[in-house]
Parts: sequence; C-alpha cells; structure tokens
Amino acid sequence: MSIETWGQIRANPKFQKFVQKRNRYSIVMSILVIIAYFGFILLVAFNKPFLAQKLVPGGVTSLGIPIGVGVILFTIILTWIYVRRANTEFDSEAAAILEESTK
Amino acid sequence: MNPTITSLIAVAAIILIGVFGTAFGAGPDLGQTTQQTTNWVAISMFAGFVIITLGITKWAAARTRSVADFYTAGGGITGFQNGLAIAGDYMSAASFLGISGLVFANGFDGLIFSIGWLVGWPVITFLMAERLRNLGKFTFADVASYRFSQTPLRSFAATGTLVVVAFYMIAQMVGAGQLIKVLFGLEYIYAVVLVGVIMMMYVLFGGMTATTWVQIIKAVLLLGGATFMAVMVLLQFGFNPEALFAKAVEVKTGMAIATGKTAAEAATAGASIMGPGGLINDPISAISVGMALMFGTAGLPHILMRFFTVPTAKEARKSVAWATTWIGYFYILTFIIGFGAIVNLIPNPTQYFVAGDLAKGLNGGGNMAAVHLANAVGGNVFLGFISAVAFATILAVVAGLTLSGASAVSHDLYASVWRHGNVDSDTELRVSKITTVILGIVAVLLGILFEKQNVAFMVMLAFTVAASANFPVLFMSVLWKNCTTRGAVAGGIVGLVMSVSLTVVSPAVWEATLGNPKGSALFQYSTPAVFSITAAFFVIWLVSILDRSPQAKKERALYPDQMTRSETGVGASQASSH
Repeated sequence: MSIETWGQIRANPKFQKFVQKRNRYSIVMSILVIIAYFGFILLVAFNKPFLAQKLVPGGVTSLGIPIGVGVILFTIILTWIYVRRANTEFDSEAAAILEESTK
Repeated sequence: MNPTITSLIAVAAIILIGVFGTAFGAGPDLGQTTQQTTNWVAISMFAGFVIITLGITKWAAARTRSVADFYTAGGGITGFQNGLAIAGDYMSAASFLGISGLVFANGFDGLIFSIGWLVGWPVITFLMAERLRNLGKFTFADVASYRFSQTPLRSFAATGTLVVVAFYMIAQMVGAGQLIKVLFGLEYIYAVVLVGVIMMMYVLFGGMTATTWVQIIKAVLLLGGATFMAVMVLLQFGFNPEALFAKAVEVKTGMAIATGKTAAEAATAGASIMGPGGLINDPISAISVGMALMFGTAGLPHILMRFFTVPTAKEARKSVAWATTWIGYFYILTFIIGFGAIVNLIPNPTQYFVAGDLAKGLNGGGNMAAVHLANAVGGNVFLGFISAVAFATILAVVAGLTLSGASAVSHDLYASVWRHGNVDSDTELRVSKITTVILGIVAVLLGILFEKQNVAFMVMLAFTVAASANFPVLFMSVLWKNCTTRGAVAGGIVGLVMSVSLTVVSPAVWEATLGNPKGSALFQYSTPAVFSITAAFFVIWLVSILDRSPQAKKERALYPDQMTRSETGVGASQASSH
C-alpha cells in the first residue's frame, strides 16, 4: 500500500473524526484502569485500616479482599468491553471509511 | 535439516539420562540449601513434557524456513492461541511460586502485588496492541523506529531489549537452579545447563512456532494444575471463602503462639493476614512499584514481540483480552492457593517445615508453599506434576526471552544497523540462530555466576527498565507527532541509566545483595520507576522540542503517514504464507 492511499484516507473528514472518537474511548478506558489501580495502591499506602476492616462485624473477611478481587475482575471486564467494541463497531466503521476513501 | 534435529534430540536425550544418572549416583548430599531425595515421579513427568515439546519442535522446524517464520511464526497464530501464549510468557515461576509464597507468609499483601502485575494489560490493550501490530514486523524497534533514523534508534532499542532480557533471564536461571534442587533433588549446575540446552533446542530449531506451542502447553498445564489446587482447597471449606480465611487466621494465630508470642501479639499477627501489612510502607514506593509494574508490562520485549505473531489488529486485541483473562484468573487462584497453604501446611510442621520447626520456615524456602500444598491436596503424583510444571514454566519463559534477545541482535543490530537492511532472509536467520546459541551459553553462565546471589530484585529491575527505557520511547514515537530520533534516544538512555543506577543504590541491591549495612543505601525507595519514567518522558519531550535539525523536520513530516498506518493497518506487514 502506498503513501498515496494514506493521503486519501487522511483527506476523508470521517477518518479524522473516527480516529478522534476511538482515541478518546481508549484514553477514557485507560484512565478508568489507572484510577482503579492507583486508587487501590493509595489506599494501601495511606489507609491500611480501611482495607483491613471486617466486611461483617464478627467476621474475618476484610473489605480489602472484595476490593482487590474487584480490581482484578474490573480489569478483565473493561478489557473485554473495549475489545468487543473495537472488533465490531470500530472495525466496521474503519473498513467503511477505507473503502470510501480508496474508491 | 531433519537428520541434524534428530541427532540433536538424541544428544539431548543422552544429556538428560546422563544428568539424571549422575545425580542419582551422587545422592542427595550436596548444596547449601536443602537438596531433597531424587523425585522420580516429578522427573518422569518433566521428561514427558520435554519429549512432547521436542516433538513439537521437530514439527515446527519443518515450518521454520524464513526469518519471518523464525521471529513471528509466519504471523499465523490466532488471537486465542496467542492469548494463552502471552499468559504463558507472563506467568513465570516467580509469579506462581513467588506470589503464592507471599500470600502464605503475609496474606493480603500477595494480592497487592498480583494486581500490579495485571493492570498493565488493559493499558496495552487500549493504547498499544493494535498499533504495535499495524506498525511492527519483528521487534518493537520496528515500531519505534518507523519514521526515525534507524541506526541510533535501533541501537538503543536493542540495548534496552538486551538489558531487560538479561535481568529477567538471571532471575529465571537462578530460580530454575534453586527450584530443581528442591523439587527434583538434582544439583544446581545440572538444572541450569538443562534449562539452557532444552531452551536452545526449542528456539534454534522451532523458532517462534515451537516457542509459542511450548508456552501454550505450559499455560494450560499451569492453569489446570492451579485450578485443581484451588478447588481442592475450597472443597475443604465447602466453597465458603469466609471459612477458609477464618481457619487461616486461627492457624496463623496458633503459629505465632507456638513461636513464642504472647496471646495478644499472636491474635494481632493472625488477623494481620487479612489486611495490608508492611510490604508497602511509604506512598512514593507504592506509586513507584505500581508504575513499574503497570508500564513495565508494556515494555517487555518478549511480550511485545508476541503481537507480531498474529495476522491482524483484531486478533492482536483478542489476544490481549484472553491474556488478561487468564492472567487475572491465575492470580485469583494463587491467592486461594496461598491461603490453602496456610491452613494445610502450618498444622503439619513435621512434614513441611525444616526440622519440623515452625520458626525455621518451609522446607526448601518460602517459595515452596504451592509445591508443598500440591503434595497436601494431591499426593506425591500431583506434587510431581506441579514440580514438572514449575520447571517447564521456567523453560518456556527463558525460551521466549532468548527469542526476543536473538531478534534484537540479528534483526536490529545486525540486519538494520550493521548491514543497513541489505541482508537476505537466510543470512539473517543464520545470524539469529548463532545469537540464540550465544545467548543460551550466556544464560547458563549468568545462572552459574549468580548462584549464590540474592536475585529477588532482578524481576522488579527488569520491569523498571522496561517501564523507564522501552515504554516511553515506544509510546512517544507512536503517539506524539513532534517526537524526534534525538529526543527518543536521549530520553530512553536517561530512563535506562537512571533505572539501573538508582536500583543499584537502593536497599534491595545495596544492602540485601551487596551486603552493606542497613540504612546505608543512598536511594531509599523500593524502585526508582516513578522518577526514571518521568525523567525519560521529560527528556524525550524537551530534546524533541529543541531539535531543529532538518532530520527532525523530516521525521515530523512523516508522522501523518505513520499515524494513518497505525490507526488503520493499511500497509501493515502481512503474515507471510508459504
């Protein structure tokens, strides 16, 4: 594929919009993970008793355990949400733009 | 080629028999750490793994003709397969044995680490995976140097790769030697040579195809074994985690009383496993470790290389999603396994503790918690299985590391820097095979050299370098239009030098490894990542902004084309077919 094709694609205003939209989505998703993770780490650093408190009075399981496992599950679920959207919606949109631009 | 392979397999078989024979003859009387009686169940299971994987290597060798086959399996791996292989690359023995050992010792703290090891993956998915696939060919330097001067950028990238590979490799080789001493009852040096020889055979003959399948098989065995252990532990408590945790706290309290604590102290010690402990004390270290783990994952060369083995960006995304799933699942398992070890091993000190004394620690060291638990829940045969899987894990990770090191030398340094790209596929393939042999020998020598050293910091150092040198260069070159060669190389070098030198003067190396008095380390944090990553990004930005050379102008002008290709995959390097 040549430089010419890239130029044609770029000239399509839809392409610019599409890239912007997808990048914004990627960045929002990244920020969500960063907030979840560094939020957890900062709790570990600054508020250990919060994580160590018991889930139910008289029980043993601490609040930190569902939060920690929750961060793991959140990470996995967020990844799949992104991949699903990128592999269906974004990919077909990109394919349409490519076809339109290189016609 | 085939007769050569057959004869080499025969040679390996002879070496294997020789090694086992000698060890059997020598008896379990050597070594400063506990060397146990030769475990024939474990050895036969491991031998089975080796025979099957060498068979796969033979099959893969017939398909490894071009340099693209060697580095990327011809780009013909599916997303699901690649996801398992990435998980296989990532779930090292350090994370399996290390994290379960950490949970066994400290409870909740182990979870903090495993989360750190996981959260780099979504960031790779959202920002890097498809761009890597769309811009890259064989190495991450292909991506970073897309619009830049080849010689400086590739020289830097190859250095970054080799430094990360070296540190990671030392940790794996020393781990292999120590493990095998305990698990199989073999001598350290045999273990290290064995890993070197078998790994070299995978990579040399089967290239990426064989390495990928070794990773996949190992990932499936490890996930299967860990699942079995976690289920057996939960079964003891009617699948009620609260009951498991309650028992663990009770056992830990009892252990504290047995080692001479007062009742009140013991109760605190027992309850402490349910909350964060002393692992992370100051906020700077907490953030720094977090950044090293999160961004280091996106700068590990053997992981980045896996994105070039899939045919499309779609498959690249799928592979990280699967990898994230398996790795996350695995870390939840290790957490259960660690607690399972607490409740199963501590009440039984005569069997699992040195001289039957709780105060003296587990037989073979704290990292053996998962291995002893395997015996507790599955008997000797399952112990053999887990031991064999742990060793196979090291083998697979070392193979992946070697392949990425070999590609950096042959593709970046030899073909691009030295020969300016004027080299045919056969020659490049030959150079990468020679490099593989050299790296294999170097790995064995490093393993021997570092035998008596405390290498606990090595994996963290590898992540710190990857996060401070490789990741900023990759990130900025792909996503920032004003980035120039000078900026990228200057920032990358600053990140590399800072991360290594500050780690040397940190407590983990200066005090624990070099033996200087406690408190004498110049740099007091666990890892310098927060400083070295920031410095690398800042220098890339500053030098690029100040770069007014004609070359810089040309590089900035090329950005739109690079961006178009990275966003669409149009013009991306295609999977070679034959």
